[in-house]
Amino acid sequence: MLISVYRYDPDKDITPYMQDFDLEIPGGRDLMVLDVLELLKEQDPTVSYRRSCREGVCGSDGVNMNGKNGLACITPLSEVVKSDKLSIRPLPGLPVVRDLVVDMEQFYDQYKKIKPYLINDEPPPTQERLQSPEDREKLDGLYECILCACCTTACPSFWWNPDKFVGPAGLLQAYRFLIDSRDTATEERLAGLEDPFSVFRCRGIMNCVSVCPKGLNPTRAIGHIRNMLLKRAV
Amino acid sequence: MVTQVTSFTRNGVSDWLVQRITAVVVAIYSVVLVAYLLFQPAVTYQQWSDLFSQTWMQVFTLMTLLATCAHAWIGMWTVGTDYLRVHTVGESANALRFIFQLGCMLVFVVYLIWGIKILWGNG
Repeated sequence: MLISVYRYDPDKDITPYMQDFDLEIPGGRDLMVLDVLELLKEQDPTVSYRRSCREGVCGSDGVNMNGKNGLACITPLSEVVKSDKLSIRPLPGLPVVRDLVVDMEQFYDQYKKIKPYLINDEPPPTQERLQSPEDREKLDGLYECILCACCTTACPSFWWNPDKFVGPAGLLQAYRFLIDSRDTATEERLAGLEDPFSVFRCRGIMNCVSVCPKGLNPTRAIGHIRNMLLKRAV
Repeated sequence: MVTQVTSFTRNGVSDWLVQRITAVVVAIYSVVLVAYLLFQPAVTYQQWSDLFSQTWMQVFTLMTLLATCAHAWIGMWTVGTDYLRVHTVGESANALRFIFQLGCMLVFVVYLIWGIKILWGNG
């Protein structure tokens, strides 16, 4: 199989380039893209990428495979390979550190902006802040995000305004705390999102939904935030 | 860095709301005009002139003209702040964006004044 990999070493390359590898894929089972990267690394140990848990939990190995973002460790070749060819590129829109490794700082800056922690100004109870099963259920489909950045880096609005548009991952988390019955900072959180960029740069193209490896729906969460902002404003 | 001082209302919620409401106004106006032309396929100058000499039509048209300008300003501002950025067009992005916004503003003001002149002019 022809594997084309994005290569860039800032110490010796002036511009990035695609390097082709002809790889013998062992038969008998459907390999994951991460397995292919591991095989490539045996051929060329300088190929760089991030990986850790290799089971879709840590979110380290988000890459762009034949044009679509996803986690290399849980994406089978049968799902992405077209005409016996696989192109692997880094997540788009973020600065490349080396090969498939990107600098996630802009992504984390946006995540920090939404204050991803519970804020509660009431005196702490002796044991824990309780939540009814119904209120807990509201967090389903939100808390599962692993911050792999596949959605945010698939979003053109984030490509154009990475310094001001929070992006789908950050907004999914923003809604996760806005809807949490134990959080009392709803007003403060909404006030931080009402500018023309943070939320309203979302044009609803749903790239985020189509690439999320956990099957989450950031567009729906963004819609809920928009409704909360509208209710607060009119 | 792009700031929001040139956005229509400087607030995302009201910009969003204004864009939706103006879209509805423009859509209703379009439906009314298309319906009129469908029911009057061979419209004469006199009929057309009579239609636009009625106060309700003049108010409706001016409202649509204002709605179009507001709608277009929000849309073009968004386009400018998306695509005319330092990492897409280079260091001159800020100057280019400012010229682009001034150009858009000029076009909208001309259309508005011209529209008012046509509506309430003496022919």
